Amino acid sequence: MTTLAPPAVRGQEPTRSRGGRSGSVLVWMVLPAFVMFVFFGIVPLLGVVLLSFATWNGITPTIQLTGLTSWKAALTNPGLVNALWVTFLIMALSWLVQTPLSILLGTFMARQSRYRGFLAVFYFIPLLLSSAAIAITYKSLLDPNFGLGAGLGIEALNQDWLGQANLAIATLIFVVSWQFIPFHSLIYQGAVRQIPQSMYEAAQIDGAGRVRQFLNITLPQLKYTIITSSTLMVVGSLTFFDLIWVLTAGGPGDATRALAVQMYQLGFQASLMGPASAIAVILVLVGIGLSLLLRRLGGRADESQMEGV
Amino acid sequence: MTPTPPGTRTGKDPATDATGTRASRKLTERNWVGGSFAWIWLIVVMVPLYWLVITSFKTQANYFVTNPLKPPSEFTFENYQLVIENDFVRYFVNSVVVTVGAVLPATLISFMAAYAVVRGATSRFLRWVNGVFLMGLAIPLQAVVIPVYLIIIKMELYNTLQAIILPSIAFAIPLSVLVLANFIRDVPKELFESMRMDGATEWGTMWRLAFPLTRPALVTVVIYNGVLIWNGYLLPLILTQSPEKATIPLALASFQTQFGVNVPAVAASVTLTTVPIVLLYAIGRRQLVSGLTAGFSK
Repeated sequence: MTTLAPPAVRGQEPTRSRGGRSGSVLVWMVLPAFVMFVFFGIVPLLGVVLLSFATWNGITPTIQLTGLTSWKAALTNPGLVNALWVTFLIMALSWLVQTPLSILLGTFMARQSRYRGFLAVFYFIPLLLSSAAIAITYKSLLDPNFGLGAGLGIEALNQDWLGQANLAIATLIFVVSWQFIPFHSLIYQGAVRQIPQSMYEAAQIDGAGRVRQFLNITLPQLKYTIITSSTLMVVGSLTFFDLIWVLTAGGPGDATRALAVQMYQLGFQASLMGPASAIAVILVLVGIGLSLLLRRLGGRADESQMEGV
Repeated sequence: MTPTPPGTRTGKDPATDATGTRASRKLTERNWVGGSFAWIWLIVVMVPLYWLVITSFKTQANYFVTNPLKPPSEFTFENYQLVIENDFVRYFVNSVVVTVGAVLPATLISFMAAYAVVRGATSRFLRWVNGVFLMGLAIPLQAVVIPVYLIIIKMELYNTLQAIILPSIAFAIPLSVLVLANFIRDVPKELFESMRMDGATEWGTMWRLAFPLTRPALVTVVIYNGVLIWNGYLLPLILTQSPEKATIPLALASFQTQFGVNVPAVAASVTLTTVPIVLLYAIGRRQLVSGLTAGFSK
C-alpha cells in the first residue's frame, strides 16, 4: 500500500499503482466494522482470558490479578464436571435428533413443490420467536397441573416434564429441535437444490432406486453442508443460555445446568467473575476445538466456501 | 430426489419434457416417508403456537375447565388489556430502539467491509481482516459477556439502551460480512472493470454498482439480524437493570413471574411480542428464506 509511489513507477505499472490506491480506500471501508468487531469481540476474548487469572466481584472497581486462584476455584468446583457433561449431552443428543430429521425434511422440501411453499411458511415460525417466548410457552404447555397432558387427560402425556432430571433433558432437546430443525432443514433444502440433476439421471439409467440415489448421491453431495450445519449446531448448542435459563434455570437440581448457565450463575449471581471467566475460556476452547475438528473432518470445506462453489 | 430441475413446477407444467415430467411426478408421489414426516412436523410446529393463541383469548376460569386445545367458547381481550396496561408499550419501544439502532449501522458497516474484502482479495491485510471476521463466527457471545459487561461499565453505559446496541452491532458483523461477501463475489468482474474505465471511484462503485446488486442480500441480513437482536436475551439481562430499560424478551420473563398461574395472560404477552416479528416475516419471507439458503449452503 505505497501511497507515495514515484510518478515514473506509476506510469510504468498503472495497474499495480491503481490497485495500491484503491487498496487504501478499501482499508478505510473495512475499518469501521473491523474496529467495532475488535473492540467488542476480540478485546473481550483476550479480556476473558485475563479475567480468568483475576479476582473480581463484578460490582466494585477493584480487579486483582491473582494468578491461578480463579482457575483452581473453577476446576475444583464440583459443578464443573456436571456442567461439562450436561453440555456434552445436550450437544450430542440435539445433533443426533436434529441432523437426520433436518436432512429428511430438507431433501423433501427441495423436491416437492405442491405443498412445499405452504409448509415452509409455517416451518419457519419457531425461528422467529425468542428463546424466552418459546421457553415460557413450553413451560405453561407442559405444566403437570394445568398443561396439555392434564387438560387432555392422556396419562402418557401427563408427566412432570421439567421436574425430573431425565425428562427435563429430553424436554430441552425436544424444544431445541422444535426451534432449530426448521433452520437446518432450510440449509439442506438449499444444498439439495444445488446437486446437479445429471447425477440423478445417470443413476436412474443405471437402475438405482430412490434409497440408493439418496445414499449414493444426495448424502455424499451434502457432505460440506452437513459439516456447516453440524458446526452451527454444535457450536450453537454451547451457547444455549436463554432457553435453559427461562425453561429450567438449570434444574431440576443441576440436571440442565450447562456451561453457559454455570458461568452466568457463578459470575452474575455469586459475584465470582474470575472463576466464571475461567469457565468462559473453557467454553471458547471447546467451541474453537469443535469447529476445527469439524473442519478437519470436512477436508476442504473452508476453501469451497471461499470460492462460492 | 426426483430428477426435477429446481425451477420446474411438477404437476402444474405438463408441457415440459414429457419423459422427465412423468418420471418425476411418479417419484414425487412415492416419497411418502418425507411427505408424511413433513406433515407430522407441521403438527409438531403448529400445536404449541395454536395453543398459545387460543389460550390468550380465554378467561382464566375458562382456561382451567376446558380442553386446552379447544378454542374458547367466548373470546376475551382482558388478557391483552392486562399486558398492555403493564408497560408493554415501553418494552416494545425499547426493543424497537435497540433493534433499529443496531441493525442499520451493523448492516451498513458490514456491507462496506464485505465490499472491501471482496475487492481487495489480493491485499494481505484485507485477507487477514476477513480471516478475523470468519474466526469471529466461532466466538460465542456467551463466552465474552463478562468482559463486555466490564467494558460497558467502564464506558459508563451500564443500564442504557446503547449498552445493548453496541455489542449487538459487533456480534452481527461476522455473519453479515460472510453473507454479503458471498453475494458481492457473484457480481461479474466485467461490471467492476467497466465502472473503473468510466472513472468511478471505489466509493462510487460501491454505492452505485455493488449496493443495488446486493440489495436482496442486504434485506436478508437486515431481517436476520433484526430477528436475532429483537429476540436477544443475554445482553439486556446483564447490561441493564431497571425495568425502564427492559426489552421484550426480558419483559416476558418478568410478565411470567408477575402473572404466575394466570396462564392466559402469560400466553397473551407471548403472543403480543411475537406478532410484530411474524408480520415482518410475512412481508420479507421469500427474501429471507432464499437469502439464508444461499448464504449458508455454499
